[in-house]
Amino acid sequence: MSEENVIEVVELTKKFGAFLAVDAISFEVKAGEIFGFLGANGAGKTTAMKMLIGISKPSSGEASVAGFDVYTQTELIKKNIGYMSQKFALYDDLTVRENITFFGGIYGLSRSTIKEKIKVLVTDLKLENIIDQLVGALPLGWKQKLSFSVSLLHDPKIVFLDEPTGGVDPITRRQFWEMIYNAADQGTTIFVTTHYMDEAEYCDRVSIMVNGKIEAMDRPKRLKEQFEASNLNEVFLKLARNSKSD
Amino acid sequence: MKRFIGFVRKEFYHIYRDKRSLFILFGMPIAQILLFGFAITNEINKVEIAILDHAKDATTIEIINKMASSKYFSINRYLAAESQVEGVFKQGKIKAVINFEKDFGEKLIKNGQSTIQIIADATDPNTANSITNYIQSIIQQYNQSININQAGGTQVFMQTHMAFNPEIKSVFMFVPGVMTIILMLVSAMMTSISITREKELGTMEILLVSPLKPFQVVLGKVVPYILLSIINAIIIILLSIFIFKMPVQGSLLLLGAESVLFIITSLSLGILISTIAETQQTAMMISLMGLMLPVILLSGFIFPISSMPLPLQLISNTIPAKWFIIIIKGIMLKGVGIAFIWKETVILFGMTLFFMGISIYKYKIRLE
Amino acid sequence: MGISLDQISKSYKGLNAIQKITFEVKPGELFGIIGPDGAGKTTLFRILTTLLVADSGTASVAGMDVVEDFIAIRKSVGYMPGKFSLYQDLTVEENLQFFATIFGTTLEENYDLIKDIYEQIEPFKTRRAGKLSGGMKQKLALCCALIHKPKVLFLDEPTTGVDPVSRKEFWDMLKRLQEKEITILVSTPYMDEAALCDRVALMQGGQILEIDSPKNIVQKYPKAVYEIGAKERHKLIQVLRDFPNLYSVYPFGEYVHYTDNRDDLEIPELENYLKSKGLSEIYIGLTEPTIEDVFMELARK
Repeated sequence: MSEENVIEVVELTKKFGAFLAVDAISFEVKAGEIFGFLGANGAGKTTAMKMLIGISKPSSGEASVAGFDVYTQTELIKKNIGYMSQKFALYDDLTVRENITFFGGIYGLSRSTIKEKIKVLVTDLKLENIIDQLVGALPLGWKQKLSFSVSLLHDPKIVFLDEPTGGVDPITRRQFWEMIYNAADQGTTIFVTTHYMDEAEYCDRVSIMVNGKIEAMDRPKRLKEQFEASNLNEVFLKLARNSKSD
Repeated sequence: MKRFIGFVRKEFYHIYRDKRSLFILFGMPIAQILLFGFAITNEINKVEIAILDHAKDATTIEIINKMASSKYFSINRYLAAESQVEGVFKQGKIKAVINFEKDFGEKLIKNGQSTIQIIADATDPNTANSITNYIQSIIQQYNQSININQAGGTQVFMQTHMAFNPEIKSVFMFVPGVMTIILMLVSAMMTSISITREKELGTMEILLVSPLKPFQVVLGKVVPYILLSIINAIIIILLSIFIFKMPVQGSLLLLGAESVLFIITSLSLGILISTIAETQQTAMMISLMGLMLPVILLSGFIFPISSMPLPLQLISNTIPAKWFIIIIKGIMLKGVGIAFIWKETVILFGMTLFFMGISIYKYKIRLE
Repeated sequence: MGISLDQISKSYKGLNAIQKITFEVKPGELFGIIGPDGAGKTTLFRILTTLLVADSGTASVAGMDVVEDFIAIRKSVGYMPGKFSLYQDLTVEENLQFFATIFGTTLEENYDLIKDIYEQIEPFKTRRAGKLSGGMKQKLALCCALIHKPKVLFLDEPTTGVDPVSRKEFWDMLKRLQEKEITILVSTPYMDEAALCDRVALMQGGQILEIDSPKNIVQKYPKAVYEIGAKERHKLIQVLRDFPNLYSVYPFGEYVHYTDNRDDLEIPELENYLKSKGLSEIYIGLTEPTIEDVFMELARK
């Protein structure tokens, strides 16, 4: 993990009318880090993430992702990051191969590069039997793993994962996190949100948002010491109790 | 550029893997071309006309034969007096009456001229005009033929009278048709969308696992739309009367009652659609493609049904709108009472029961 | 007022959704169906709430057969399907009144049953349901399912996608409901919630892996489970994978759960092995297996 900051956020704010969805949050994420972005539904997580991936304009504050400004260089941001969400992964009515080819093309990869990548993926993930099957026919766990691989096709500096393991069985979840670890080892920064508190422990650092503000941010171990909790679930509960929302 | 091509290629995959979009892309245009080709014609074909022959001499028989032998007309009715004309038009089948004056043949020989009167049912102005034009050309041919050996001068003159619509306003044709379409579309489409929306949102599941009986759910959905459609119908009728100056020769009460019947027919059609469609989008598609298009083309609202090939005529009988248009035109323009439109009313009623019956049968009390 | 299933099977388009499911829920029990997406939980729920007919097998709810007596069942159970199906454009109050009315009761009649839950959303009673947060929607949906004092309550994944705080509050509410003698069948993908049930059925791929109380399930786990931690977490897993007597190793939050092939693992031996591979800050300790450990072990087979 180098010392370079790939995400820098200063007093980032998003207002919807009078409602402060994201309230002047500030943080940095270093290259190769696995950064967990946690918070209750409605705490402002998704809104904040949308600003960082360049699909929502902040109301005020500054932020740069992969060195590009979120106000003026959103197209460059999109080119240099990967994104995967639980709601949409791949196209169900295309085959695995067609999906990879499509997304590779969208990211601007040459045909030969795409062919290479497909070869590598088939070996790494053992896709020989399913490479030409429609994605819609695959079990959820496979879809998520493939989706993650696709988000890495263009070797982005940072990958944003929005609740990537929702509803997936425990074994596949762990396989998924192994893939995350491998990617991080190779220098990719991982920005992930999740509702599984045990997954939060896998992260290098974790931030917890409550009511639009970041109320805690540190390594999991230190947070547990700070809140006198034995796991991050307890930390979360204690934080939420202190500032009762809704 | 490559990204763009990749994106386009993906779109092609989506399209040909979705049977439904293939059907819309290819099936529908072909069906439409066929429909349009066969249905749309302003020509008339075997239109029924009646003869009121005061003279009954060789001349009138000759002219009548010419008309009967043309492909445009079909002559089956012979009237005895002017008083019968209105009744015949109200019955609806006869579209024109040809009136030969007394001593027609004698006047032609003695005075060199006589007059034929064409009384046309102008509630369908296009057909009335076509009839008049064709008869005119038949008369002209006849005039030429009797003047071959002479220098000219002997002539049959033609007088036209447009019944029910003396100014031949096309709005008289359009308003009933548009009113029918609006009522049918709004009632059928909105009902089907409302029911399928519950299915899509998942709240239908909860309604199923409750004491509510299926017919209560369906009825509950339908009642608000009945009220709204009635208000709609009132607005349309008021607009037609005051802005387009459409007459209401017949009973407003009867008009209202028939409109309510038609609304219920359309609503029951909407319920039937909702039992087939799983999503709101499908319901909307079926309503628009499956209802609006046939109604516009095959209900007789613009294009005369009698001019269509037999298969299309038969299909046209299954469209509730066709019967309602006859009813509306009858009441508003011809002032008919229930005695003349009871047949159409019974047909609409029967269709309603039929749609309702199937809907109740098909109503899914379970999820699959 | 319990539930019983006997050899229930159902398949869609040639794929088996659930196969030969057999179990019983005792009256007044809080019974959990634990399993990931695709396990067949929702299909099972739909058969029990009479929304689907099984291909084979029989089932009964509160003594009534799900096929023959479905009308009676539909009058007496409470059902909360996934995604908190409520009317988004009606307010909290209007939703409650609607469900009360179609079940032939009023908000006041069974108020004591939903009081604890309703008090939390009462301040928002004029807000449209669509504008509530996930946790609030959950509570409203629960109230709507309870409003007619059902004998049996079916909750299909009520905590999915909701944050840990709301999840905990929801389970507290369920425990209190149990005191009112309602039989509750809940499904969830979260293994940690299994511990809160009286008994659970672990389900994956349409089959039941195990049914018992959470305590018994954990006690039945045949192997000793060790918690292992090290500074180089990712490397730790890879190193353990190469350990010759490894049976299984899985990350579990801060630590890794390790089981050995042998019954007589010597901790110092393992510790030395790890040190020799360059790991530091090593911690190894015996720990209680969790439901998740059991689940993964059963799913492996």
